[in-house]
Amino acid sequence: MTLVAPKTEVSSKRIDEAPALRTAGRHSRAGLVVRIVVSVVVCLVMIFPFYVLVLTAFTDTTVFSQQLQLIPRALTLVNYTKVLDAWPVLSWFGNSVIITVITTVLTVAFSTLAGYAFAKLKFPGAGVLFLALLATMMIPSQATLVPLFRIVNGMDLVGTFWAVILPGAAGTFGVFLARQFMLAIPTEVIEAAKIDGAGSVSIFLRIVLPLSKPLLAVLTLLSVMGQWNDFLWPLIVLRDPVLFTLPIGLQFLKGQYTTDYGALMAMTLLSVAPLVILFLVFQRYFVQGLATTGIR
Amino acid sequence: MSAATLDTAPRPATSGPRRRRRSRWDRSAIAFVAPTMIFAIVFLLVPMVLAFAYSFAEIAPLSGKVTWVGFANYVTMLTDPTFYRALLNTVLFIVLVVPLSLVIGLALAVLLNSVMPARKLFRTIIYLPLVISGVATGLIGTFLYNETIGVINKALLALHLPTVPWQSEGGPAFASVVLVTLWIRVGFTMIIYLAGLQAVPVELQEAASVEGANAWQRFRYITLPLLGPSTFFLLIMSVIYAFQVFDTVFVLTGGGPGSATEVLGTYAYKTAFGPARDQGYGAAIGVVIFFFTLVFTVLQWRTNRTRDEVA
Repeated sequence: MTLVAPKTEVSSKRIDEAPALRTAGRHSRAGLVVRIVVSVVVCLVMIFPFYVLVLTAFTDTTVFSQQLQLIPRALTLVNYTKVLDAWPVLSWFGNSVIITVITTVLTVAFSTLAGYAFAKLKFPGAGVLFLALLATMMIPSQATLVPLFRIVNGMDLVGTFWAVILPGAAGTFGVFLARQFMLAIPTEVIEAAKIDGAGSVSIFLRIVLPLSKPLLAVLTLLSVMGQWNDFLWPLIVLRDPVLFTLPIGLQFLKGQYTTDYGALMAMTLLSVAPLVILFLVFQRYFVQGLATTGIR
Repeated sequence: MSAATLDTAPRPATSGPRRRRRSRWDRSAIAFVAPTMIFAIVFLLVPMVLAFAYSFAEIAPLSGKVTWVGFANYVTMLTDPTFYRALLNTVLFIVLVVPLSLVIGLALAVLLNSVMPARKLFRTIIYLPLVISGVATGLIGTFLYNETIGVINKALLALHLPTVPWQSEGGPAFASVVLVTLWIRVGFTMIIYLAGLQAVPVELQEAASVEGANAWQRFRYITLPLLGPSTFFLLIMSVIYAFQVFDTVFVLTGGGPGSATEVLGTYAYKTAFGPARDQGYGAAIGVVIFFFTLVFTVLQWRTNRTRDEVA
């Protein structure tokens, strides 16, 4: 899943605001027009599925014509009322929120704790342990499905949220990210606090964490994205429809509304919207996180 | 936090003579790393070790009783046409998705690294599919590609072009999976290439420009070689991604029609948790996925390391 991003000065200059080539001035006006036209065409292609998604979600598909209809005649909420009346979709939404929040809190806590230790504390075997943790990042989730299921089943957790949350909090990409960030915190600051008599815990809580806000943002967003979208593992351990998360619920609805795409797209939009909004608000952190960790 | 490599791992023994607490160590470190370590051992390391063990076992579907059967699962694998089909499809998927996503991502990165109005908006739109779940992407795909009411075929009809059997024929179904994957992936390759482009010195480009190099020559002989590390990183990451693809394929085609789009990820799941519930065999397929991932990860690490040593 995760590896080590190539050695580029990503974080010193933010990608989104990095200076472009100064040679741009030499480009002809025609060149600029061509580049804008190409960009617009690419973006239209990229955004087209989203457009169809939103359009279909708010269209009464029972009157769907065989003709291509890309401009809506009338918008309606009928798809939402129909599905929300029939299935516990709001519970699925709530389940997704609960699982995502708890997993993210655990991931951020574990990652920053361990990241701090690997960055700033001296202890025997630190190098070996860190390498071992890095190595676990390459374990593919499909490779461990069977044993993980048996372990979680042995803990009597199958069919509970903890079956999703606990393995979800076991990702180690965050430790790597946290260590990388915390290496840049000046050791003098920590030494000074130590001389003042501060213990490890209070140094971590009062000095290191407040200095790590960008890290916390990146960790939180990546974890939220991963957990909100997680599909394969919840599909295996959540069997009771009341406990479904949104992705499992969507797959379930696909079987119920085989050709009622109004209903399906309405629910898809419901599941996609929170992340899209998060992304638009915090794009800078998403991009930085993705560029640094290579997740996805 | 720019140089993200293994080589910066802490080496307590060589931390230098000025460290006065060389022999003393911080005992609280145990508590700091314990949660991560325990979770990694219980939910990652032990399962991986057990996966090897179970690949030599037959697991009873209901009781979960383990019977050791030696290499029987691997023997089954060698004679299982669906496994070969899934393996072949996975390789084909890699061969199509990896180069295409790299080339498109690079082109977009170069395009959107240049000065133009609304550059940020363009980038945002291209990134957007990245954050969408594979399930949602797959569902949107099933609608776009639906043969009777899908938007794509309706558009083809409107243009008086022949419609495409996206769902009923193997070739088009495979193409539909590849296209959806590209839609998700190009934003990621673009991010990495944009980051790489920041490391290409502007002075070099300008010097070449002064020497009379045209835009293509500057790209081919300056930009492209300097993007080598980004390309290699993306190559490995994309191969690993493509090798482990599951969500989009499972929702979009379910591996069908027949097993035309079956990949190792979907086949491993179906074997272990589908109607067959042959978990020993499922574990064996998982081990194959692991080894392939291992090879490519080691390649990536070794290259990173040698580059660091040279630099």
